[in-house]
Amino acid sequence: MSSPQPGPQNALVIEGVSFAYGRGRRALDDVSFRVPAGSFTALLGPNGAGKTTLMSLVTRLFHSRGGSIAVNGFDLRRASRAALAAMGVVFQRLTLDLDLSVQQNLRYAASLQGLGRARAERRIGEELERLGVADRRRALVRTLSGGLRRRVELARALLHEPRLLILDEPTVGLDIDSRRAIVEHVHHLCQERGLAVLWTTHLIDEVWPGDQLVILGDGRVRAVGPIAAVMAQTGCGDLAGAYKQLTTAAKP
Amino acid sequence: MSLSLPTARADALAERPSGVQPWLLCLRGICWREFLRFLLQRGRFFAALVRPLVWLMIFAAGFRSVLGVSIQPPYETYILYEVYIMPGLCGMILLFSGMQGSLSMVYDQEMGSMRVLLVSPLPRWYLLICKLIAIVLVACLQVYVFLGIGWLFGIRAPVIGYVTVFPALMLAGLMLSALGLLLSSFIRQLENFAGVMNFIIFPMFFASSALYPLWRMRESSVLLYQVSSANPFTHAVELIRFALYGQVEPMALAYTCLWTAGFLIVAMYGYNPARGFMARTGKGT
Repeated sequence: MSSPQPGPQNALVIEGVSFAYGRGRRALDDVSFRVPAGSFTALLGPNGAGKTTLMSLVTRLFHSRGGSIAVNGFDLRRASRAALAAMGVVFQRLTLDLDLSVQQNLRYAASLQGLGRARAERRIGEELERLGVADRRRALVRTLSGGLRRRVELARALLHEPRLLILDEPTVGLDIDSRRAIVEHVHHLCQERGLAVLWTTHLIDEVWPGDQLVILGDGRVRAVGPIAAVMAQTGCGDLAGAYKQLTTAAKP
Repeated sequence: MSLSLPTARADALAERPSGVQPWLLCLRGICWREFLRFLLQRGRFFAALVRPLVWLMIFAAGFRSVLGVSIQPPYETYILYEVYIMPGLCGMILLFSGMQGSLSMVYDQEMGSMRVLLVSPLPRWYLLICKLIAIVLVACLQVYVFLGIGWLFGIRAPVIGYVTVFPALMLAGLMLSALGLLLSSFIRQLENFAGVMNFIIFPMFFASSALYPLWRMRESSVLLYQVSSANPFTHAVELIRFALYGQVEPMALAYTCLWTAGFLIVAMYGYNPARGFMARTGKGT
């Protein structure tokens, strides 16, 4: 695999990243790939492949023992403030405060990003409108459906207009319609805003033609590139077959 | 879902506050959320008040005739036992609030909302200190309500004392919350926290000058006296006691500052992503 180069053309560059929990087995082993600016990159892998661990490293919840991570050209360790300011994150589990309203949750997130009041209010209005939840602005999060909560989390991640949007299995627990709506919305964001997206999932039907793929298996990158290239690598005629072959081969 | 075109990124960057403003906005946001959560949990407010009131109204009344308090600084005359334990009970509110706040941090870790805080671009140490300040401000509000009730029952300090006690409450509260933060960084589950609280809160409270002067303790056990003298909670209580009378007790101030710094440093270590709880316990997964 060629070594990725940091630069403004890449919203995210991960190079040689490894990680282990305690003294146990390595959860990630020498992971390298890049997310080009304005691209939708799907990080595919079965349960236990290391996707969420990688997300925790990219969002600085963990520090990697080896390798480097750069967001928008800023090294996550040396320039963490600039790197974190350039990313928006939707975590796998719901992280909204259920007892607060949508608006209160978003105001809190805006303050953590250092947005002034006027700007925060405007951005909250814009994102809620765009996501079709403006009418639920004053509703308690507890009263929202799973799909609406996800939309609010997406709005929260976009408040500070990041260059890179990271979503860790954002459709877990959603019904088919809500899943489709979120997948479509994020793809549109990518196309219309030029936002780079790193979307982790184990569901290959969330991948669209034209997306970049990173297939992770047993903590290692098994394939990187456009769908056609990944299929060509395995000789399979469809993505499902290629994914199965790559991730099954990864298991010891 | 409807989509519209984005605002120009250059405009967005130009609108972003710079300098100290993001830091202040962040502090305000965290304090505001803590206050909102406090308003939503009114039961927590009453529980925090009832506990010291029971001590003040029942325990102190019962022990008034048994425990005599001789003249000692900052008091210039003989005082009632209720007057003596008032600063200790203020400390008790801070102690419980600090631990409660830290308990909520363990809950936030389990529920995932701590991650929202920790992925903010501001430094992690600053985010955690903001969280502590927010917890302490809410606790101070409870202390002032308690002092107000004491005033109504005739347990009064000089008026200026109600002003000068505020920085002492903040510092003592920070120390106790920092201790709670430290504990929360090394605790995996809420269930474990309850046990630790029993091992921390009660020994800290009883082996201190909150309920009885230390010289009385020395009469019964020198060892207990020494342990109580070294207890951080004793220093916090003495700091509050003197501040409530418009005075500064230098040793209590120095020790409270030292303990605060020590607890904070270890807590920051615990929350450091390179070494701390996230990587060790896998809470980020």
